[in-house]
Amino acid sequence: MSSIHVDIVSAEREIFSGDAAMVFAPALLGEVGIAPGHAAMLTRMGPGEVRVQLPSGEQQTFYVSGGMLEVQPKVVTVLSDTAIRAHDLDEAAVLKAKQEAEELLKDRSDKLDIAKAQIEIAELAAQLQTIQRLRRRAGG
Amino acid sequence: MAVGKEIRVKIASVQNTQKITRAMEMVATSKMRKAQDRMRATRPYAEKMRNVIAHVAESNSEYRHPFLVSRPVRRVGVIVVSTDRGLCGGLNSNLFRQLIQQIKRWQAEQVEFEFCTVGRKAAQFFQRIGGKVTGQVSKLGDQPHIEQLIGAVKIMLDAYMNGSIDQIHVASNDFVNSMTQKPMLEQLVPLKAQEDSSLPSHWDYIYEPQAEEVMDHLLTRYIESLVYQRVVENIACEQAARMVAMKSTSDNAGKLIKELQLIYNKARQAAITQELAEIVGGAAAV
Repeated sequence: MSSIHVDIVSAEREIFSGDAAMVFAPALLGEVGIAPGHAAMLTRMGPGEVRVQLPSGEQQTFYVSGGMLEVQPKVVTVLSDTAIRAHDLDEAAVLKAKQEAEELLKDRSDKLDIAKAQIEIAELAAQLQTIQRLRRRAGG
Repeated sequence: MAVGKEIRVKIASVQNTQKITRAMEMVATSKMRKAQDRMRATRPYAEKMRNVIAHVAESNSEYRHPFLVSRPVRRVGVIVVSTDRGLCGGLNSNLFRQLIQQIKRWQAEQVEFEFCTVGRKAAQFFQRIGGKVTGQVSKLGDQPHIEQLIGAVKIMLDAYMNGSIDQIHVASNDFVNSMTQKPMLEQLVPLKAQEDSSLPSHWDYIYEPQAEEVMDHLLTRYIESLVYQRVVENIACEQAARMVAMKSTSDNAGKLIKELQLIYNKARQAAITQELAEIVGGAAAV
């Protein structure tokens, strides 16, 4: 029996890699079944199960919360999202990041003060140098 | 014996400090290993995605996604990746120094800039020196999740899409090895074109839905994953830097204890000698 190579990866880790007899994935427009030799296809996935039928007949199931499915005649790649993604959820994340920034920067100007920045960095560098000097003296 | 109580107290206190720094060193060592593993684990996703994007971009050459097209630069956005906690040597300050140098260059070219900060240290830095900060994410912990970064990345991407910024850069530390971390500033958007035109693309995907939509989705995910990679790498850097810093602190504490011990012994010896001399002197007088 012919087989097709399957890689399931998420941004955080590799989830599965191996050969399969058949793969089922929750494409956005309905579940698709992919057998070896399938035409090249690129589609988005919704939340659901990716089922991988191993050549031994055993079946493995992986839950994905969405992502992309790339199919080539010999390789299937599932680029899975790690969390449910929706427009409003993304917007909420944006708002949260913005709020945090605003909170942090309530009473200060938007103008960046290079001179101040350099003083700041020089201070940090000086601290480090002092430590290093002390260390040398202690060592010598 | 009452001799040198102060010295003994001092030795005990340095020993306690040493215990703490030793523990921190060991914790950092094990966390660094885990962070490195996590760093490696993020690579397959980005690689696979890069291949797909390269292919889609090639077989749809008439459609140019805004993320792939460069335009005149008037304003740039920088995502600054820093650590949440200190005690990691010069990691953050080296990064900020490099960033400031770049900012000076931009100022000379009359390019404006705004920032999105990841990690508390960057936020504190801009809080003190000023500068426009449009987004801020912190408290990522040792195992960051990509969801935590979506907000910060999307702010930048949205600003790019509506034309208020023309480039997105990311500033973070590069993990060279456990002893060396290099600050670097990298252009994220527009994506640099792939120089990989070796495979002639006489085939194309079946797209579901349209190619444009798929491409948009892909590129967004790709950029998010790149930022995520940088964040994970920065955590590995943080732990490595902390490990080195704590190791040298422990070593110094060891040296200090030795010196103090020597002083203490000398003082004790002097006291005994003096006592003996007194006894002998007393006996002779009787």
